[in-house]
Amino acid sequence: MLRRRLNRLLGGDERRVDSRTIYVGHRSSSTTEAFIPPKFCDNRIVSSKYTVWNFLPKNLFEQFRRIANFYFLIIFLVQVIVDTPTSPVTSGLPLFFVITVTAIKQGYEDWLRHKADNEVNKYPVTVLEQGRKIRKESEKIKVGDVVEVEEDETFPCDLILLQSSRDDDTCFVTTASLDGESNHKTHYTVPDTEKDLESLNATIECEQPQPDLYKFVGRMHIYKNEQEPAVRSLGPENLLLKGATLKNTQKICGVAVYTGMETKMALNYQGKSQKRSAVEKSINAFLLVYLCILVSKALVCTTLKYVWQSKPGQDEPWYNEKTQREKDTNLYLKMFTDFLSFMVLFNFIIPVSMYVTVEMQKFLGSFFITWDKDFFDPEIKEGALVNTSDLNEELGQVEYVFTDKTGTLTQNNMEFIECCIDGFQYKYRDANSELDGFCVTDGPVNKVQEKAGREREELFLRALCLCHTVQVKESTKQSQGDGLIDQVDGFGVDGEVPRPPQEQRGFIASSPDEVALVKGAMRYGFTFLGLESKTMKILTRNNDVEMYELLHVLNFDPVRRRMSVIVRSKSGDTLLFCKGADSSIFPRVRQEEVERIRMNVERNATEGYRTLCVAYKYLSAEEYAQADAGLREARLALQDREEQLITIYNQVETGMSLIGATAVEDRLQEEAAETMEALQGAGIKVWVLTGDKMETAKSTCYACRLFQRNTELLELTVRTLDDGGRRREERLHELLLEYHKKAVQDAPPVKAGVTRTWSSATQDYGFIIDGATLSMVLNSSSESNSSRYKNLFLQICQNCASVLCCRMAPLQKAQIVKMVKNSKGSPITLSIGDGANDVSMILEAHVGIGIKGKEGRQAVRNSDYAIPKLKHLKKLLLAHGHLYYVRIAHLVQYFFYKNLCFILPQFLYQFFCGYSQQPLYDAAYLTMYNICFTSMPILAYSLLEQHICMEVLLDNSTLYREIAKNAMLRWGPFLYWTLLGVFHGLLFFFGVRYLFSNPALQDNGQVFGNWSYGTIVFTVLVFTVTLKLALDTRHWTWINHFVIWGSLAFYMFFSFFWGGIIWPFLKQQRLYFVFANMLSSVSAWLVIILLILLSLLPEILLVVFRKPRGPHARQIAAVTPLSYKHLKERE
Amino acid sequence: MVKEEQELANRPDNTAFTQQRLPAWQPMLSAGIVIPGFVLIGLAFIGIGVALFVTSRSIQVLEFDYTGVDQNSPCFKCSDPKVLNCVCNLNFSIDSLFKGTVFFYYGLSNYYQNFRKYGVSKDDVQLSGDLTNFKTPSDTCSPYAYDSNNQPIVPCGSIANSMFNDAFKLYQIINGTNTLVPFDGKGIAWWTDYNIKYRNPSITPLKNAFNNTVKPIFWSKPAYELDTSDPANNGFINQNFLVWMRRAALPNFRKLYGRINEGDYAQGLPAGNYSLEIAYNYPVLSFDGRKKVVFSNVSWMGGKNEFLGIAYLVIGSMCVFMSIVMLIVYAKFKFPEEDGVPGH
Repeated sequence: MLRRRLNRLLGGDERRVDSRTIYVGHRSSSTTEAFIPPKFCDNRIVSSKYTVWNFLPKNLFEQFRRIANFYFLIIFLVQVIVDTPTSPVTSGLPLFFVITVTAIKQGYEDWLRHKADNEVNKYPVTVLEQGRKIRKESEKIKVGDVVEVEEDETFPCDLILLQSSRDDDTCFVTTASLDGESNHKTHYTVPDTEKDLESLNATIECEQPQPDLYKFVGRMHIYKNEQEPAVRSLGPENLLLKGATLKNTQKICGVAVYTGMETKMALNYQGKSQKRSAVEKSINAFLLVYLCILVSKALVCTTLKYVWQSKPGQDEPWYNEKTQREKDTNLYLKMFTDFLSFMVLFNFIIPVSMYVTVEMQKFLGSFFITWDKDFFDPEIKEGALVNTSDLNEELGQVEYVFTDKTGTLTQNNMEFIECCIDGFQYKYRDANSELDGFCVTDGPVNKVQEKAGREREELFLRALCLCHTVQVKESTKQSQGDGLIDQVDGFGVDGEVPRPPQEQRGFIASSPDEVALVKGAMRYGFTFLGLESKTMKILTRNNDVEMYELLHVLNFDPVRRRMSVIVRSKSGDTLLFCKGADSSIFPRVRQEEVERIRMNVERNATEGYRTLCVAYKYLSAEEYAQADAGLREARLALQDREEQLITIYNQVETGMSLIGATAVEDRLQEEAAETMEALQGAGIKVWVLTGDKMETAKSTCYACRLFQRNTELLELTVRTLDDGGRRREERLHELLLEYHKKAVQDAPPVKAGVTRTWSSATQDYGFIIDGATLSMVLNSSSESNSSRYKNLFLQICQNCASVLCCRMAPLQKAQIVKMVKNSKGSPITLSIGDGANDVSMILEAHVGIGIKGKEGRQAVRNSDYAIPKLKHLKKLLLAHGHLYYVRIAHLVQYFFYKNLCFILPQFLYQFFCGYSQQPLYDAAYLTMYNICFTSMPILAYSLLEQHICMEVLLDNSTLYREIAKNAMLRWGPFLYWTLLGVFHGLLFFFGVRYLFSNPALQDNGQVFGNWSYGTIVFTVLVFTVTLKLALDTRHWTWINHFVIWGSLAFYMFFSFFWGGIIWPFLKQQRLYFVFANMLSSVSAWLVIILLILLSLLPEILLVVFRKPRGPHARQIAAVTPLSYKHLKERE
Repeated sequence: MVKEEQELANRPDNTAFTQQRLPAWQPMLSAGIVIPGFVLIGLAFIGIGVALFVTSRSIQVLEFDYTGVDQNSPCFKCSDPKVLNCVCNLNFSIDSLFKGTVFFYYGLSNYYQNFRKYGVSKDDVQLSGDLTNFKTPSDTCSPYAYDSNNQPIVPCGSIANSMFNDAFKLYQIINGTNTLVPFDGKGIAWWTDYNIKYRNPSITPLKNAFNNTVKPIFWSKPAYELDTSDPANNGFINQNFLVWMRRAALPNFRKLYGRINEGDYAQGLPAGNYSLEIAYNYPVLSFDGRKKVVFSNVSWMGGKNEFLGIAYLVIGSMCVFMSIVMLIVYAKFKFPEEDGVPGH
């Protein structure tokens, strides 16, 4: 129900003034007007992005819009156009590889979409044309066609229901594929349409298509020969949405109003906004640094080249004369070309393969979440769902968790606990209710202790039975029959009317509270039998069946926080029953009744129950007539229908008398408290955002151990504001300052964020705020105050261990998330929720988690990750998130490092070759380095590494703090890796340089040339960076072994192969036998070993000296190697 | 769209891989491993270093700069580029026997054989004996692909064109008479270069293959006359040519010219007076270059190179030193996890 409002908020409130007119069955309304069929789009669904023809250009265009791809394209083009040191192949090949792989992936995905589209578009449907049934392909349906749909078929487009095979002119649908709600919803035919669709002459005027699933306004004009046309209002209850399925109804006929891409389903189908992870931002920052390094290297080389050439004899020694064209070229143009050449020579410092590897890592890595059997919930038979793999590492960076209460912290599995009628408490002792649900021998009379008088009791129970929108599930006949036979004996005693098996009676409702209430009433003897053609039947305690005519339902919405029904009893009395939150009911009933009930309600709330108050009133004939007219008029309105309705609702729901209140328990989720404790241990601040009332929410917080016994609560609610009897604004100001002093100024300075909740000496604060106060804080009357309050509020909240925000509207939830997200230090936020009212905050937060709960699928659909239960959040963050973060952070740093020490020797070589852009390495090595020789080990590492094993991570939530605030990708570690890269690069180059001071390195006195030089450096390089990764690997599975040693073996094999053959079609055979000759030299071997060891020794020393000595040293050191035996024991 | 049809089959596989529970070896670097490791590595390095250093020390080297910049230099008269076919004699004496096969190198300084444009300026196809590239040399050879009469140059390109053309003859002066010490010009180039990579066209006589081509501008004689005495050392497989074609890595380099391994000199150069007759042709002064000759014998590690030995010694001692430091640190502070051996 909440989602109606929500969708309006999300869908934007823009009013579409335009409306469209549809001629039912393409019959013109009147004979005089010329019939011009209006143009609408056809019923083809196109979710695919490409066609065969535009795939190549469009896909390429989209790929090159990515800045990295574009950069490599530019480099490639420069290589093609300008005479550059390396052939275009060296950068063209990797780019081509990347582009092709991506294109194939996207092409495949699009092919799947095409297939799905075709399945929908070619689906055969039945269309009534001139009285005949014609089978058509779904895509050929036009607006105005009358379509026939049979049971269990999905609707091919948005239809206005004209005719149903059911007697009561209704039909049932499920919208499982739209919003995931599997309950049956009732839709109504347009009243007074003719049974004979053939002769129906009508037009429909309705709004232009808009995405809100729960909103539709329209009008139908029915023309009957020469009479004034009859006008009927159309609402969402008349509209059958494409994608929904017809249930429990043999067949229906409807007229198409929105088709194809204009259906609500298609309009709702949109790509989610791209969330970017903090790691990605770090990558871009590092990339910028490396781009600067690249440009400055090229600039330095270009400058030095011309300085060097200015010395006589250096520019053009006789042995290296220039061609005529070179001599003719303009000096500045030459400089520019030289600059470009250097750029090309050094461009490998920004690796094209890093993007591929990062994408692969994310894509493949996310499978571990889906595969995790700990996330599998046997109840719903589903595991975790990953909607985006871009945010894996963000799970390891969460600082704030915003959680919904109902359905997230609690199970949303409502149980009727007690009620209170006229101030008397009725507690339902359900010792054996779990067994058969109803103690027949006890007798209903005994259950109700008749404290408040029989009449009041029965009125209350009738109210519970009538005031709802629950439907009775029509289960298959067989199972019901079985149930009946089992129970018949027990009931036979009771009376002539055989009671249906109560607990087996299935109720369906959009909110579990309603079911709990109806079931609660059933326990006291009042059973709701169902709603048939606007008549509600209830079975009373005396086994009489009472009939009530349902006149109006005044729907629930989260703003009013109440709902009402208007019914007419057999005796002709018109009654209004209303139930809702205490705050919305109390002002609308007689005040003297309130006090008796209020106490009970508040007591129930502190016990953690959800409370609702029930009120009623008799409507006199005039009152009813007035209300009826008002409601009907409002329902017909095309504009501002909702506002008009709410006004009428408010008018009707006044002057009621309070009967009682109910208390429904919502149990905590499994391991909710443990999960919350773990999150807090991990340094994550947990905020509870709920629409529920404060007392209920507070007790849930205590139960979840978000608030401890010693937590000092700072309350900023309407109640505390009203204390002291001053203006709210002033009081707010005062309280904010007071709390700020307490929580922020007097708090001891936080020591590096680690010791905070460890030492119990510091006082923990909990903060409570409600929706009304929050809006005061956020939208204060004066501008200056507003920002000041906001700041104070944020600072207080950030110093509190946990914060509770109650009475929140969905949009306010998102507002809070946004506020925290944009606060100083831009902390990483995570929202978790299960209902449609959480969608806004799920979309707003950095990471949105949906719980596959009972309130439909909207949260899941809009989330980045979906898990079956709250308890899974712990493993998702502490184990998966932590590991993903460490993996990708290491991946990124390692990638930059390995390319820096790859290119640095090439840069240094320029100083020894007269700045002539001579590459140090062969083109094959330049190309293969990132693709083949060093890519697989890091990919395997980034998928498999567990520097601390999962159990330890789960047991010690404090380990999560070690990587907080992007710890591994800050400038410090980046500098370390960069320096390491520089150190290695210098070592490689100069080590070999000094060896080559005498190039006679073979025992036969022969000398080595420049390619031998490059090959020695390259060999050292490949071995060092691979072994460096091996040193960092803490978790050696057979895959790591295979890939690391395999890569090195492949390098050796490739080098032999590449140098072992005179390659046809190649102009240059420069590497011919260079590698083999190198290996025949003892000196080369010795220098390779020396340089590798020298590069790695400092690392080893550092590891030993940096051995963890902090408080967690033991935990980290206690990581024992997993033997296979060990594993088996654990399982 | 929501995936509605999640079924029991969707239950994740319970395999070690999917559950990230692959059996794994989790090495821990701890003092218990690192200290002995450092000692071992250090000792091994010191051992290798000593061997290298001793070997390098035992290698004898004799080096002479003969560019002729200095007025007293015997080749000073030749350093003027106007003097043609200049020959100068470099006299020197050896005190003790120059052991083993003596290798004779020529060396150039400030000479950039590793210029990029210079380096690509050759035609590997032509040099592998393909006659089509005799007529149309590759573009990379420019500006040494065709001469001014548009005749193709073979071998084309800067590298070939700039081939070192000083010639050396060594005489031992015994009792005032010069005895020629023969240089063996074979086995100075890589075996694969000589046997596979470079090929003469299979036309006899070789001269005919070079019809309608011209010799490189700088050369005094065409390629087929590089060594007329030995057809296996002529043309593109002339070993001096091959040595030159393998570009040096750095601007100061030496290249092998010949070995002294014949007759009386097979055991080395005996002590005595020698005279090196140099046909001074190669101009280097225009770009401030230097020329030198080097006599050297070699060992298993190649020519003399002290760097490697010293580096090994230094790193080895550093390792040992670091292990001692670590030992002291760890002995003093006695960390609880000092044993560091995981697994219990």
